[in-house]
Amino acid sequence: MKSTEQLAVTKNISGNGNGFDPEVIRRDFPIFKRKINGRRLIYLDSAATTQKPNAVIDVIDRYYKFQNANVHRGLHTLAEEATTAFEATRDKVAKFIGGVKREEIIYTRNATEAINLVAQSWGQANIKKGDRIVITQMEHHANLVPWIVLSRKTGAELVYIPITPDGFLDLKDIGKIISANTKMVALTQMSNVLGTINPVEDIIDLAHKRGAVTLVDGAQSVPHLPIDVRAMDADFLAFSAHKMLGPTGLGFLYGKEEILNNMEPVVFGGEMISEVKFDYADWNALPYKFEAGTPHIAGAIAFGSALDYLNALGMENIRNHEKGLIAYALEKMKELDFIKIYGPLDSERRGGGVSFNDKDIHPHDLATFLDMMGIAVRAGHHCAQPLTRLFGVNATTRASFYIYNTINDIDALITGLKEARRYFKYE
Amino acid sequence: MSEPLDDLYRDILMEHFRYPRGRNKLEHVHLHNEGQNPVCGDEIEIALELEGEKVKDIYVSCMGCAISVASGSMLAEIIKGKSLEEVKKIAEVIKSMLKGKESRNELELGDLEALKGVRKFPVRIKCALLSWTTLIDAILAKEASKKAQISSSE
Ligand SMILES: Cc1ncc(COP(=O)(O)O)c(C=O)c1O
Repeated sequence: MKSTEQLAVTKNISGNGNGFDPEVIRRDFPIFKRKINGRRLIYLDSAATTQKPNAVIDVIDRYYKFQNANVHRGLHTLAEEATTAFEATRDKVAKFIGGVKREEIIYTRNATEAINLVAQSWGQANIKKGDRIVITQMEHHANLVPWIVLSRKTGAELVYIPITPDGFLDLKDIGKIISANTKMVALTQMSNVLGTINPVEDIIDLAHKRGAVTLVDGAQSVPHLPIDVRAMDADFLAFSAHKMLGPTGLGFLYGKEEILNNMEPVVFGGEMISEVKFDYADWNALPYKFEAGTPHIAGAIAFGSALDYLNALGMENIRNHEKGLIAYALEKMKELDFIKIYGPLDSERRGGGVSFNDKDIHPHDLATFLDMMGIAVRAGHHCAQPLTRLFGVNATTRASFYIYNTINDIDALITGLKEARRYFKYE
Repeated sequence: MSEPLDDLYRDILMEHFRYPRGRNKLEHVHLHNEGQNPVCGDEIEIALELEGEKVKDIYVSCMGCAISVASGSMLAEIIKGKSLEEVKKIAEVIKSMLKGKESRNELELGDLEALKGVRKFPVRIKCALLSWTTLIDAILAKEASKKAQISSSE
C-alpha cells in the first residue's frame, strides 16, 4: 500500500548519501498547507502528538471505503482482508522494536493504557506489602500515577531515582535504591520534559540482578531513536502510535512471552477467550487474551503505513536529523540571556524537544503570543507536575521536533521569542 | 502585532499584571482558599477579612500568567466593600461574559471589562477564571458548613 508520496521520500533518501530532506518530507503532510492565524504553520509540538502524512491518512480513508469489516470473526472476504492487514501491523511493530515475537505485541489504546495494564495485571498479582517499586523523578503521569495507585493498594513502597540539577538521573545511590526487595523498576527512556535519554540498559541490568521486573516507557523514545528492546532486555515496553505519525487511540505493550503468559487479563469480553460456557471462560492465547473487544482496526492498519514511512527514512537518519535540530536550537537559545533552558545541554545525551522559560514572560503568555505567529509550542507542566516543581516552576514552554522540522522553524521560534519581549515591553 | 492579541493584552490588564492589587498579607483571615489551574499548574491563594457579611480586605497571591494575575488583581480591587452575595453575583457576570453571553447586567465592572478580550482565546478562559472559582468555592464551602452547623444544632 505504498502511496506516491511515500515513494517520493524513499527515492529522495536513496538519491543522495544522507539525503534526509525535511523540506521534501513536509510535502507529505497536508496540514502544512494550513495557515495558522494567517501565518505558515510552524509545528513544534510533536512530543505531544505528531502530524500525519498522506500515507497514513489515505490508508484510513481506504479502509473505511473499501475494506471495512471486523477482525478475527468473519469468514467473508472483507473480514479476512481486514484481519490480515490488522495482523500485518503487529508483525511490523514486532520487527520495528528489534525483532520480537508477534505474540509479544499487544494492541492497546495508548502508552498510558499499556502501562496501566502492567500495573493492574502483573502488579496486583506480584506486588505486596514490604516490596518496593522504583520509578524516577522524571516520569510522565502515565508512568507515575499507576504506580502511586498500586503502592497505595498493596502497601508496597514507591521509591524515586532522583535527578541532578542538569536534568540527568542521579545514579549515585542506584545500588541502594534498587534494593533486594524491589519487584518493579519502571522508567522512561526519554523524558518528555527535559529530553534526557536515560541509560536504561544499565538500570535494567541492575534491576534484573536484584530479581526485579522492568518496564520502559518508550512513548518518547520509540518515535525518535532506533530501538532494540531485546538488547535493552526490558521486560515491558509501552508506546503510542500517535507520537510517531500514526493515528490517536492506538498504542502498544511489548512484554516478554513468559511473563505475559503468566499474567491475567484485566479487560474481559469477546476476542480474549478460547472457550466460554455459561459458568466458565478460558483465556485465549497470546496476544489475544489482552485484547478484548473490537480494536482500532483502521488505526492499526494505517500505523503499518506509518512504520513503513519511518523505516524508509531510517531511524538512524531520523535521530541524526533531530540531533542536529536540537543542537542548533540549544545553541541559539543559549545566546538569549532572557531564556532559561531545562535539561541537558548535550545533544548526544538528549532528544525530543527543549523545555525553557523566558525569565519574565509566563509560558502561557508566550505560547499565546507564538501561536499568533503560527508557531505551535506547548506550555504547562507536560503531565510531569512533580518534575516541573523540582525545577521551581509550575510550567515551562516546550518546543519539540520531528522529521518535518527545519532549521527555519527554529529560527522562526528564536525570532518569536525576541519579539515577545518587545511586545510585552521587557526590551 | 495583531488585533486579537492586543485585545487580549489590553493596557489595563497589563497594568494590573505589573502592579497587582491585594498583595498585602491580612491580619485577620476569615475565609481562605488555594486554587490550581490543572492545565498548567498555576497556583493562587486568596484570603478575605470580613466585617459582618462584607469584604473588609483581601489578599491575592497568584503564581501565573498575565491573564490569571491580572484577573486576580481586578478581583481584589472590585470586591472590597462588597457583600458575599454581591461577590457571587459579580463572579456569575464574569463567567457569562467570558463564555460570550452578553448579559444585561446592572453591575459596574470597571477594569474587569478588559477581560472581554479573553473570549477569543478559549484555552485562556480558565486562566481568567482561576481567582474567581477559587474565591467562590471558599464562599460556598463557608455557607455549606454554616448550614451544616445550623442543621446539626437543630
Ligand atoms: C514520556 C511519556 N510517557 C507517556 C505518555 C503518554 O502517552 P499517551 O497519552 O499516548 O498514552 C507520554 C505522552 O505525552 C509521554 O511523553
